[in-house]
This record gives sequence, C-alpha cells and structure tokens, in this order.
Amino acid sequence: MSVFILRRFLTLIATLFGASLIIFLVLDALPGNAAQMLMGADASPDAVRAMTIKLGLDQPLYYRYVHWITGILTGDLGNSYAYGTPVAGLIAERLTLTIPLAIMSMSMTVVLALAAGIYTAANHNKIGDVGVMSLTQFGIALPNFWFAILLILLFAVKLQWLSAGGFAGWEESILAGIKSLLLPAISLSVVQAAILARVTRSAVLEVLREDFVRTARAKGLSKRDVLWRHVLRNAMIPVMTIMGLQFANLLAGTIVIENVFYLPGLGRLIFQSIANRDLIVVRNCVMLLAAIVVIVNFVVDVLYAFIDPRIKVHNL
Amino acid sequence: MSTPLSASVDVEAVTARPRLATGFWRRALRHRSFVIGGALSLMVLFAALLSLVWTPWSAYEIDVTAKLRPPSATHWLGTDVLGRDIVSLLLVGARSTIMVGVIAVSIGLTFGVCLGLIAAARKGWTEEIIMRMSDFTFAFPAVLSAIMLAAVAGPGMVTSIVAIGIFQIPTLVRLTRGSANAIWAREFVLAARASGKGGFRITIEHVLPNVLPILIVQATIQFALAILAEAALSYLGLGTQPPQPSWGRMLNDAQTLLFQSPMLAVYPGAAIAIAVLGLNLLGDGLRDLLDPRLARER
Repeated sequence: MSVFILRRFLTLIATLFGASLIIFLVLDALPGNAAQMLMGADASPDAVRAMTIKLGLDQPLYYRYVHWITGILTGDLGNSYAYGTPVAGLIAERLTLTIPLAIMSMSMTVVLALAAGIYTAANHNKIGDVGVMSLTQFGIALPNFWFAILLILLFAVKLQWLSAGGFAGWEESILAGIKSLLLPAISLSVVQAAILARVTRSAVLEVLREDFVRTARAKGLSKRDVLWRHVLRNAMIPVMTIMGLQFANLLAGTIVIENVFYLPGLGRLIFQSIANRDLIVVRNCVMLLAAIVVIVNFVVDVLYAFIDPRIKVHNL
Repeated sequence: MSTPLSASVDVEAVTARPRLATGFWRRALRHRSFVIGGALSLMVLFAALLSLVWTPWSAYEIDVTAKLRPPSATHWLGTDVLGRDIVSLLLVGARSTIMVGVIAVSIGLTFGVCLGLIAAARKGWTEEIIMRMSDFTFAFPAVLSAIMLAAVAGPGMVTSIVAIGIFQIPTLVRLTRGSANAIWAREFVLAARASGKGGFRITIEHVLPNVLPILIVQATIQFALAILAEAALSYLGLGTQPPQPSWGRMLNDAQTLLFQSPMLAVYPGAAIAIAVLGLNLLGDGLRDLLDPRLARER
C-alpha cells in the first residue's frame, strides 16, 4: 500500500514540476519583456528598464524560475504589478468564494448524478430510465454558461426570487452567501451531473451482471440490499475516475460562471489580471488551478486502493 | 462497416466492400441516435455553408435605428442592440464555430494520433515520456490554456483554436495508444513482424486502419467539446473577436439586455446546444454502428 502511494506521490511531484515549467515558460519566458507589456508600447526605454529591474526581470531565466518555486513553497508569491499587494493575499481572499462554490457544485453533482444513475440502472429499460437518460443527453449538450443565463432569466428576471449576480459576502450571514452561490452552483452541477449520471448507470449495470450479485440474490438478499451493500461499492471505481476528471472541468467552469454572475472569485481575478497585464497574478492563479486538478486526481487514485484492494496488489 | 482485422489485400474483402457499405447505411438509417444526430449536425453544417453565399441581411452592418426589433417578416428573429439581423448572425456564427472546431480537432488529431501511435509502437522510455507529457497537459483545461495564451498573445480566434487544440491532444493520445496497444498484441501484427515489416510500416498498414473507427467516433465527440469550449472562450472575450459574429459572443452581448430582450440570450445558446447535441448523438450512433460490441455493453 505504502509503496503504491509513494509511487503515485512521486508521479504527482513530477507532474507538478512539469506543469510549473510549462506555466513559467509560457507566462514568463514567452512574453519577452513583461515590463514593456505592463507599461504599454508608449513607455520610455528608461522607464521600461527601471520596471525590468524592479520586477527582477533582468535576472537569468533559471534564477527567476527557482525564485518563483521557492516563493510558492514559502508562501511568498511576490507582489501584484497592478494592485501592489501580495499575490498570496489576493488569491486567498478570492478563494473564500471559489472554494465554497466548487464544493457546493461538486456536492450537488454527486447527489444528482448518483440518484439518477442508480435509479435508472435499477429501472433499466423502463420508462423512467429512458426519460432520465434522454434528459441527461440534453444536459450534456447544454453550455453551462447558457444554462446559467437561463436560470437568471427564470429566477431573477421573471420570478425575481434571487439576484441576477453579485455576491452578498460571508460577513452579512452565511445564508446570504449561500443564496448568492445557489444559481451559480446549480448551473455548474446540472451539466456535470448529466455526464456522471450516465457513467454511474453504466457502472451499476455492469456490476449487476456479475456472478456475485446473482449469488447474493440467491442467498435471499433483497434487490435493494444487494444494490446498496454490494453493487455500489464495486461500481464506484469508474464513477470516481470521472469525478476526478470532472473536478478539472468544474474549476474551468467556475472561471466562466463567476463571470456570468459577476462573482469576485478566482476566475474574475484572473480576467482582471489579464486586462491589467498582471502576469504574476495570472501565473500563480493558473499554477494553483493546475495543482488542484493534479492533486485531486492523485487523491482519487489513492482512494481507488482503499475501495478496490486489487489495485494496490496489482501495482505492487 | 466491419473493422478489418488485416490490412493485407484480399480479393474477397475488396469485392465485399460495397456490400458492407450498403449494410452500414441500411443499419445507420434505422439507428435513431445516428439519424437525429446526423440531421442536427447537417443542419448546422448547412447553416454555415449557406452563410458563405447568402444571409438575409449583412451580419456586419450596424443600423442602430433598427436596434432590438422583435421578430417580424423582415427580421425573422429580430435584431440585436446594434440593429444586426439575428438570423444572419446565427448563420455566420455557425461558420466561425465550425471553423474553430475543425481546425482545433485537426490539431488534436494530428498530434494526439501521431504521439499515441509512436507510444504504442516504441514502448519503453518513449512511451513513458509521451504519456507523462500527456498527463501534464491534462492539468490544463481549455479555458486555462486559453487564459495563458491570451495573457501573452492577446485574445482572438487563433488563441482559442490553439488552446482547444492543445486541450484535445491528451485524450486522443491516451485513446490512440490504448487502442493501438490492443492491435499490437494481435496475431496478424505478429505475422507482419515475422514477414520482416518494420514498426513504421506495421503502424501505417495495420495499426492505423484498425484504430480508425474508434478515432472517428472520438473525433465526433471531441468536435462537440470543441464547440462548447469555443463558445465559452468567445463568451469570455478570449475567442472570436468582434465584428466577426460568434454564438458565444452573442450570448455575452445578450446578457446585458436580459431585462429588455430576453430572447436574444435564448437563440445563440439553443444553436450551441443543437450543434453539440447533434454531434453527441452522431457519435453515439457511430459507436454503436462501428462497434456493435460496445453498443451491447452500454
């Protein structure tokens, strides 16, 4: 078990290293002179030179990369070019919105998808199965930001139950914060849930055909008991794989949805930073998002080993 | 269309081809997903092609005196805030969407299939390096790649094409490598090796033709994903730029007018959903038709 986790951990470190290298090369080395970009084409050469020194861009490439990585490990991400404040503080502030949004969306996705997937598998080829599966087909085709706009049209414009955008903040009350994130979370989760529901249905149907299910039924266990006690655990592997991959889509979706609802989260910060040519903020935000994707996939892989012990035996 | 197990030419196989093709179309036309998906996809393709020769009005001409007109005989779906005809914008938008999708998927297929085939043929370190590189790319969803590229090169159609293309590569590398590995383990490949054929020749003559059906199915699904990604990037202002119409950009413009003209936000979104639904259904249909074993498993 520990050898399996260690091997996966080393792969994780290598992947993070590779990802950081790609981000650094694209966002630091490729743009040429970031100081020129920041100050605009009309800036005088002296001003650009002074800014180049101030930003440390006169240092060799490898030094800047090592400096950046050391900063990440010590929590010092440098100062934003545009805001003049520490990047770490800016990101931490925005994460108080983005993380709850991602958690809310993922929880809704899992609940909706497992309910629909298990229901359709248990009622295979019946009218409920066909109906729900047709709905998921539409769900997969929906662009989440369009679905978000439709939700705004219904709940904010027509019914006027919820606001069309903005964030009430956590200071006022937790409930107000959750209410602001409700429509964004629903718009993110419905599309993701449609995909996951189809995977769950296929996985449960696959396990339902196994011999041990027939044996359990022959022993006198009810269909419901077999489903909950035996089938679900075995069907979880493919479901979790897709959940891990979906988390990446969910984070990407968060960036888009935050812009639909004008939410001051990480996604909005990235777009403001692109507009301000604040590459240091963009670089650290992209690294954070990429790291979250890679780490979530690592956690999923490790969880496999707990759910299905055959995986660690195979890997040993 | 059955998957050929060997690419070696034999008279029976060649003469059987027209019969197989007829059989494929007969089955295809009875397959509900394939027919609906094909019809929807053809509709979008037709809209894009039609926009090359005809649109009811110019999609670029601004006429603020005719802004936000409701649907009528002159403007079937009304006009936008700049007085442009919505039907014309949708038709030209289909062209932008298809163009970005086709080029991005071609980038993904070119790199993804080549790297996947090389990984399967060479094994060892080459395979390990290609697969780890593909893992790195997995960490960057299309929006993240587009953000990075837009930050350094500015937003635009090229930025979105490159970002979506890069995003397609790892999926296609993994799929090609997995399918190609299965083909490399078959007896007819062993026979080809015994007859003295090299890795490159076996890949081109035996492996590629056998992984082609699964790649065609995946390309259809990747195309649908590319359309979604293009729409999202244009919506965010990172993709297709004005005055070139695009469905995502139309949605962005419509969002500020939700209280005045809510239907402006409905049309482009519906167009995106129809295109994606069509391609997804077409992909499902093709998967069933090209690999009936998978259809039974689903």
